[in-house]
Amino acid sequence: MLKYTIKRLLQSIVTVLIVVTIVFLLMRMLPVDYYFTEEQLMKFTEEQKQEQLLQAGLLDPLPKQLFNFYRQLITKFSLGDSRRIQSGVAVTKVIATRMGISMRLGVISLCISLVLGVLLGIAQTRFKDKLVDGIGTAYIIFVNSVPSLVSYSLVLVFGSQVLGLPPLYSTRNPTSITLPIVCLSMGSIAGYALWTRRYMVDEINKDYIKLARAKGLTTKQIMIRHVLRNAFVPLAQYLPASFLLTIGGSLLVERFFSVPGMGALMTDAIARYDTNVVQGCVVLYASLGILGVFLGDILMMLIDPRIKLTGNGGTR
Amino acid sequence: MAKEPILSAKDIEICFHLRGRTLKPIRKCSLDLYEGETLAIVGESGSGKSVFTKSFIGMLDANGEIISGSILYGGVDIAKYKKEADWIKIRGKKIAMVFQDPMTSLNPLKKVGAQIQESIELHQGIKGEEAKKLTLEMLKKVGIPDPERRYNQYPHEFSGGMRQRVVIAIAVACHPQILICDEPTTALDVTIQAQILQLIRDLQKEFQMTVIYITHDLGVVANVADRVAVMYAGEIVEIGKVDEIFYDAWHPYTWALLSALPQLGVKGEDLPTIDGTPPNLYNEIVGDAFAPRNKYAMKIDFVKAPPYFDVTATHKAKTWLLDPRAPKMERPKAIQALRSKMKARG
Repeated sequence: MLKYTIKRLLQSIVTVLIVVTIVFLLMRMLPVDYYFTEEQLMKFTEEQKQEQLLQAGLLDPLPKQLFNFYRQLITKFSLGDSRRIQSGVAVTKVIATRMGISMRLGVISLCISLVLGVLLGIAQTRFKDKLVDGIGTAYIIFVNSVPSLVSYSLVLVFGSQVLGLPPLYSTRNPTSITLPIVCLSMGSIAGYALWTRRYMVDEINKDYIKLARAKGLTTKQIMIRHVLRNAFVPLAQYLPASFLLTIGGSLLVERFFSVPGMGALMTDAIARYDTNVVQGCVVLYASLGILGVFLGDILMMLIDPRIKLTGNGGTR
Repeated sequence: MAKEPILSAKDIEICFHLRGRTLKPIRKCSLDLYEGETLAIVGESGSGKSVFTKSFIGMLDANGEIISGSILYGGVDIAKYKKEADWIKIRGKKIAMVFQDPMTSLNPLKKVGAQIQESIELHQGIKGEEAKKLTLEMLKKVGIPDPERRYNQYPHEFSGGMRQRVVIAIAVACHPQILICDEPTTALDVTIQAQILQLIRDLQKEFQMTVIYITHDLGVVANVADRVAVMYAGEIVEIGKVDEIFYDAWHPYTWALLSALPQLGVKGEDLPTIDGTPPNLYNEIVGDAFAPRNKYAMKIDFVKAPPYFDVTATHKAKTWLLDPRAPKMERPKAIQALRSKMKARG
């Protein structure tokens, strides 16, 4: 188990390194002009530019640049400075302030959707083919088929006009996170409900449930002791990744409610050729994604005794 | 067998509703079960063996129901039970069931010990250490070596035979009066089959259980049963003591089943088979259900369903061949030879 964990961890690190290196090299193919802000481009003479670039190490040969990038990252935990998004501010800082905002919204909404979604899924299974199930399914279909912008607008109009909630995010007003959270949760509630119902219905039709019933357990006992737990296993695999990726925020929701979160950072950085920020985002997202999968596998192994990831040994 | 039956099903009819249509897999089935006996129910797939016995513990699928008839058990007509709360008093506690496939009958994510203990705690009102002690005892009783270690293992760490032992332990844990074994050995290796049958027999003696075997393996029947009921298309077509069914069968369907015994096959010849398929249970069946496949069918078989005729006090069959007006019919050769063949095989 420990050996496997270490092996997987090393593999993950190598994967991150490869991703980051490739992105780093791709970014080097951009013209170096983007090192300067629009203003500086106008002001500086050619010599001044060359001098600055030389100082920043951007004219060094590629291997050396790559080496410096990693050295900085490892020794100073630095990803360089943002050039255009927030000129002169360290990328880590740019990301950190936005990350906090996105994560707060994301984690709250994830917790809400987990609880509500799983409960809805349980209710749908319990009353399969009855009214509750129908309403749940209608909700899931609605959320998945109506374009998010339309449903977000509905939430916005309803929330601000009828309930009087603030339509835009602001740090001073704590109630202003309500509408973004509702929007974030809508979709994931539907997702969790859908999968919970699906896995629970799968389990209910299995033979061991028949035996549990023949044992004399009530439907409620079967649901709690056998079905729910077993149905949760496949869901659990994706939980760590979902939690970690809340850091990334949601592009659409954050734009919609002007939340200054992570959502638009990477696309903005790409659009404005802020290479250091792009690299920073890539390092972050690649590590989170890979860490999420890794933690998911470990979690699976802990809750499902059949899964032995060690390779040798296995079942007898 | 002058004793009172402990369970008496009378004229049970069961319906399933499927996509707006109704099918009737059980058509007026009656069965008396006597204390301590082993009854085998045989018949081909779809003859209603499982459905019939499942109705004894209220485990019909959600779209099925008993539409008429009664099941008297402990002085109560349990066929009238509708609520889960009623059935809970019987399921597992008084009547337990063992299913066909041990590979899928256990919850893969729960320790084997916990699954047996669950049943003990549920019905015997004890918890914790005490229940665990009983569980370990039960594991030992069903022949699982090293119960302490096995208690903490998961189903996937058990072989098929071992799992079936666990399933049996779960079923027997609460000393039920009646144990229904729904093809308990079908999914198992031949060598394991005998062990499992022996185990059930031992437990039956120890706990004084009445056992119903559902099977289509007549070899198993000859081994374990006191009485045999032959089912076809939702009816019991012949029922009697095991010797009476094997050596003095009257229903052509029983003949056909017995002739198809692989043990009776002659090297180089094809095994006899029963042509055709069982009737469509969606339709109303006119006459004897087996008539269209019956080589010995008479005209009346296609018009009117036969009543039960008593052969002896313990043996009855639902065939017009037993009517005094019926022409004398020679039994098939294979059946006549059955006794000597079975004897020869020991």
